Amino acid sequence: MTLCRTLLLSVATCGFVLGGAAIAAGITVHDARNRDVTISDPARIVSIGGAITEILYALGFEDRLAGVDTTSLYPPAALRDKPNVGYMRQLSAEGVLGLNPSLVLAVQGSGPKETMDVLEAAKVPLVLVPETFSEQGLLDKIKLVGHAMGADKRAECLTAVVTDDLAQLRELRAKVTRPVRVMFVMSLLNGRAMAAGKNTAANEIIALAGAVNAIDGYDGYKIINDEAIIAAKPEVVLSIQRGKDSVDAETLYVHPAFALTPVAANKTFIAMEGLYLLGFGPRTAAAARDLSIKLYPGLAPQAEKFKPAAVTANCRL
Amino acid sequence: MRPPASLTLLCLLIALAGAALIALTMGAAGIPLARLPAALGLWGDAGPTLARDQLVLWSIRIPRIAAAAMVGALLAASGAIMQGLFRNPLADPALVGVSSGGALAAAAAIVFTDSQIGQSFRFMQHQLLPIAAFAGSLVTTIVLYSIASRSGRTSIAIFLLAGIAIAAIANAGIGLLVFIADDRQLRDITFWMLGSLSGATWPKLATLAPVLALALIACVSIARGLDVLVLGEAEAFHSGVDVERLKRISIVLVSAMTGVAVSVCGVVGFIGIVVPHLLRLVIGPAHRLLLPASMLLGAVLLVGADTLARTIVAPAEMPIGILTAAIGAPFFLGMLLRQRGLVSL
Repeated sequence: MTLCRTLLLSVATCGFVLGGAAIAAGITVHDARNRDVTISDPARIVSIGGAITEILYALGFEDRLAGVDTTSLYPPAALRDKPNVGYMRQLSAEGVLGLNPSLVLAVQGSGPKETMDVLEAAKVPLVLVPETFSEQGLLDKIKLVGHAMGADKRAECLTAVVTDDLAQLRELRAKVTRPVRVMFVMSLLNGRAMAAGKNTAANEIIALAGAVNAIDGYDGYKIINDEAIIAAKPEVVLSIQRGKDSVDAETLYVHPAFALTPVAANKTFIAMEGLYLLGFGPRTAAAARDLSIKLYPGLAPQAEKFKPAAVTANCRL
Repeated sequence: MRPPASLTLLCLLIALAGAALIALTMGAAGIPLARLPAALGLWGDAGPTLARDQLVLWSIRIPRIAAAAMVGALLAASGAIMQGLFRNPLADPALVGVSSGGALAAAAAIVFTDSQIGQSFRFMQHQLLPIAAFAGSLVTTIVLYSIASRSGRTSIAIFLLAGIAIAAIANAGIGLLVFIADDRQLRDITFWMLGSLSGATWPKLATLAPVLALALIACVSIARGLDVLVLGEAEAFHSGVDVERLKRISIVLVSAMTGVAVSVCGVVGFIGIVVPHLLRLVIGPAHRLLLPASMLLGAVLLVGADTLARTIVAPAEMPIGILTAAIGAPFFLGMLLRQRGLVSL
């Protein structure tokens, strides 16, 4: 960060603190639990969920972050500078409340349920941000986080940028002549593949990149048997890099079922960074663009023209 | 040479107070002893961390320690009653499927709250799990009882065998639910099957407290009966004990105590076996003292175990069921071997 930007930021922060009295009356947010949460003072925030942290940084609220979870991988500064409260699905109430937050922003699906119960019973506002994997869901997420922070203006700026990115992505998608059949494999353990069905982030990002999910028979992630893999006829296998049991290309190509699909013949295995690909944060359009370049090398010239603005946008003031 | 009853109970009370005090000062958010009185609003200088300390203490630690103590008391006492009833030091509520029945109902509640039917129960989302676990334990016990009792007489052998069969059925049901659950539900279920006190909140304490009070009163009334039962059912009957009534009360009591404990913190094993056994070695087998002493020692042990569970892998948590099983299971095996006379300890 340059000196000039630091100066600008600190001036802006001062201005915000001075103007902060206006929002002290309290902000009401309607969250994923279908109830209204009143926030009196969004000054110390614990952010749970990579996309939430990413949005908070994009809106310029990193100074108010009291803690993040382990899925907050972007920007890298988050986990480097902020206390870590653990994995979003294995939170401990004391780890979160010990940071003395005045607001907890958690993405839907954070847990365990017991911890969420305790957080809810404590006198700290807990906002559960809805997680619906769609373009609208992404925009709503940004709006909700912005509103909870009392920064509707900044959220409008970011949603405008993201909307524009998604529109450009749509133009790019329209150029796809024959959609590729993609199977997202979360893990490949002892020869058993766990693949993404409908209603998953993977399913949506595949669609955004102009491809089709080879699996449409079930919802969520399931262990899929070998015959079903062959029947699904995947042309490409997509996975995430450096996952806990991440898929590696060599194992995949010799897998008895995948060996009989075009995946092994054409060596079409793609791995991308997990939060970037599946997080449904501001960089989603960029992730979908990168994926479509990998899926459709012929589109590369057009795709190069599309520079997602959300990565560099300044909606901090 | 056995210590007098009053001394035993006094020592256990002091131990419980000590355990609670240590538990209050330990945790991921670390509040040292020096800051404790101020945070509790007793005396001393309230430092800049007061608000945070109070938040952690009143919304997490205090309800959690109280829940650990109450659940420990319930589990240990229900183990002691069951052992008296079966005249066998190895009996345990987990053994007759009462815990499994509760766990199955809870797992079902976890999976089905997300389904179409479950949507209509949204309004009672938070009460659903404890109610389901409690109902599951109770239904299991009623089914067991109707299988085991014929014309007003309860056969303990049939009761035990039926319990093992029911536990197997419940476990198969849980297996099926694990198979159809999605990733998030799966985490919830496993978390719950391994037991944890991390969900302790004030409203949950309000469900524990009356059951504990009721159990205390009931324990006083069945103590003598259980003492005489050691001689055998016929002998007990001839010494004027209404054996069938004693059995009924004991069975209902055990299932209510286990059910409510399971509903608050999932399945925590071995407290019900280890605690009464240890106490019998020190204070002898008389139930009038054994039952209240079991409650106290169970509370001490579970408060201690939970403090460990909260702190050894901080800021994450270890399910307490893993800890109690890791310590309790070898102990149980040792008792088994001793009974078989294979080793002389």
